[in-house]
Amino acid sequence: MMEFFQDTLGLNLNVVWFLLVGILFTGYAMLDGFDLGVGILHLFTKTDDERRLMLNSIGPVWDGNEVWLVTGGGALFAAFPNVYATVFSGFYLAFMLLLASLIFRAVAIEFRGKQPQASWRKSWDIGFSIGSIVSALLIGVAIGNIAWGIPLTVVDGQIEYAGGFFNLLHPYALVMGLTTVALFAMHGCIYALMKTEGALHEKLRGWVNKTIVVFVALYAVGAILTLLYVPGMTEKLRATPWFILLVVVNILAIANIPREVSHRRDFSAFISSCVAMLCLMALFGLGMFPNLVLSNPDPANSLHIYNAASSPSTLGIMLVIALIGLPVVLVYTACIYYVFRGKVRLDRHSY
Amino acid sequence: MDVEILARIQFAFTVAFQYIFPPLSIGRGVILVIRDGVWLKTRDALWHDMAKFWTKIFALTFAIGVASGIVMEFEFGTNWATYSRYVGDIFGSALAAEGIFAFFLESGFLAVLLFGWDKVGPKMHFFSTLMVAFGAHFSAVWIIVANSWQQTPAGFHIVGEGLQARAEITDFWAMVFNPSSVDRLSHAVSGAWLAGAFLVLSVSAWYLLKKKHIEFARASIKVALAVAVVASVTQLVTGHSSADGVAKNQPAKLAALEGHYQTGAAGMYVLGWVNDAEETVSGVKIPGMLSWFLHGAADAEVKGLDAFAREERPPVNLTFQFYHLMVGCGVLIFTISGVGALLWWRGTLFANRGALWVMVFAVLLPQIANQAGWFSAEIGRQPWIVYGLLRTSDALSKVVTAGQVVSSLALFALIYALLFAVFIYLLNNKIQLGPAADAGTDGGAGSLTKSKRV
Repeated sequence: MMEFFQDTLGLNLNVVWFLLVGILFTGYAMLDGFDLGVGILHLFTKTDDERRLMLNSIGPVWDGNEVWLVTGGGALFAAFPNVYATVFSGFYLAFMLLLASLIFRAVAIEFRGKQPQASWRKSWDIGFSIGSIVSALLIGVAIGNIAWGIPLTVVDGQIEYAGGFFNLLHPYALVMGLTTVALFAMHGCIYALMKTEGALHEKLRGWVNKTIVVFVALYAVGAILTLLYVPGMTEKLRATPWFILLVVVNILAIANIPREVSHRRDFSAFISSCVAMLCLMALFGLGMFPNLVLSNPDPANSLHIYNAASSPSTLGIMLVIALIGLPVVLVYTACIYYVFRGKVRLDRHSY
Repeated sequence: MDVEILARIQFAFTVAFQYIFPPLSIGRGVILVIRDGVWLKTRDALWHDMAKFWTKIFALTFAIGVASGIVMEFEFGTNWATYSRYVGDIFGSALAAEGIFAFFLESGFLAVLLFGWDKVGPKMHFFSTLMVAFGAHFSAVWIIVANSWQQTPAGFHIVGEGLQARAEITDFWAMVFNPSSVDRLSHAVSGAWLAGAFLVLSVSAWYLLKKKHIEFARASIKVALAVAVVASVTQLVTGHSSADGVAKNQPAKLAALEGHYQTGAAGMYVLGWVNDAEETVSGVKIPGMLSWFLHGAADAEVKGLDAFAREERPPVNLTFQFYHLMVGCGVLIFTISGVGALLWWRGTLFANRGALWVMVFAVLLPQIANQAGWFSAEIGRQPWIVYGLLRTSDALSKVVTAGQVVSSLALFALIYALLFAVFIYLLNNKIQLGPAADAGTDGGAGSLTKSKRV
């Protein structure tokens, strides 16, 4: 099998794993992205029934979506342990805040409906929403830092992070963080639109275009900053103009969303949003490749798919595991989404 | 305090908190399968109510388990970066396999289990229950494989030297089936089954005592007791073979478990206190018992702690105490399961208020035993993070400071205290409401918004 990848496709194991980790995190962004987005918008809905509908639209699927993050983290650990170790220990406090946020939003979904008191529900509503916003923001800030480059030095032969928590909060990273919040809010809004009916549905329809405007504005700022200050990210686009197609598809997909929404084709709008996210992740991956974490100011210390990888035998074994496991996961995940297709209604099994 | 001790406290604390929940999911997964299965065969509404009630409680523990579980996966990287680089090849593989083979299965089908009652047929629902239970067990398999590799590394070679050394897989199956995997997995899974069974026993016994939901409670007790009897027997068997394995593979740990200092014939303590400075143990001891237990002869030689330099030994008293706490709880669990089954067989269990009260409180025993067992296994592994290869003190993240760990530790302490309080409050609430209340309570609408429902 390795020969197939190597000779037929011209891919070595390190490249294959770059793609696989990318696929896992893209899956995470597209799936957990919408339930984080529902969380970001949660406090804008007002009545208890509306909030319950929002929660129940993601009820059956949010924890499965979060597994993409867990598996992506595991894959990163197995395939590129140096990245896992350097980034996780380097971004220590940021990751702890991310964990706290993810915990809060997860248990809030589960706990909110367990008691009828308004104060109880309001507290968990806030926990759910703030947890979702902070999670999205931190994920975006991390992406921004990885693209911008972080100070890396060599300590005892290992590449280590040489900055602090506040080094992570520079303007570029913050713009990326806000862009991610806006992107997830848009994605979640479209998802919720697809899953609801009646008054809430019409309310959400009014919100979609607003979330698109906010996202596009932030995306434009982010793109300009990237072109001006992070030229490395667009180097491959300049070298191989065919890749510009990705940008074109990305823009078309985003532009298509309001069109589909106005035609009340909510599912198509959601697919467009997914395609837009796929393009964004592809552009990010393309810009980074073959690096995984850029070192700034000293690019020589960057972590890339060769100096950060585990042994070829592990990459091979893991590839077998992924090729057996991922198709099965995709099939039953699709089946489960199919079971829960259609509009969400409140019943006695709802949150 | 230094970073090492803080990082160890944080890991121990977060893992101990998390480990309250997965055993409940694993154990109750088995019970749910039995219930859903009986319902599928008999279509008796009682079993349907039962499955629904326990599914709700399952969901409660599952959510906290998932949320606090992600913490563990991140912590290897955040606090133990050197360890992560050293074992990424192996430990990372097991974690990734756990994600792909276990977590997706469990979380995916849990959706059908919880929200799919009216959306899929009974057979599909049963299949989902089965998949959730499988997922929970697969997850135990991979995480215990990974942890057992830390105890008894196999199927690898070391590449590089000094601080850049790392372990690489040479034989995947030898890594998976390392010398302690099977023993430790079966032992931990038995513990998980007991945790699930005893929770059901406790709630059902309480209902019987309060003369509520009698039919429901009787049927529940039978299933739980059957699982408890099987699991408490496998617990003994796997406990024995685990100890055998520790004697072979981790002799310093074995010696610490029984406070055995001088190489020679070894006894077993019923209770005791270790004075590590003077290398003495005071307590009640059965002489020659450990020698007989391991080698079939009371005078057989067992390697003592004197065979190891002090810096190669684990903290003896802690290992000893946790181990004896686990064994003590194990004996009680075995007795309660056995006597409970005997009373049930004689038909007097449901009228025996004393036995029922014991069952109400016995819910704590498997929890304590599971925790104490892990503590003795992991403390007994010290000073190694990977036995014989990498010291815990060398495994830390170099860039993480004590101040950072203090803040994250405080953060987790706060969050987990809150979660635990809410969990107990809600669990109690659900139990008080009971199975009959099923239709109205969850989904939280209660009677408030019932009329407004779509």
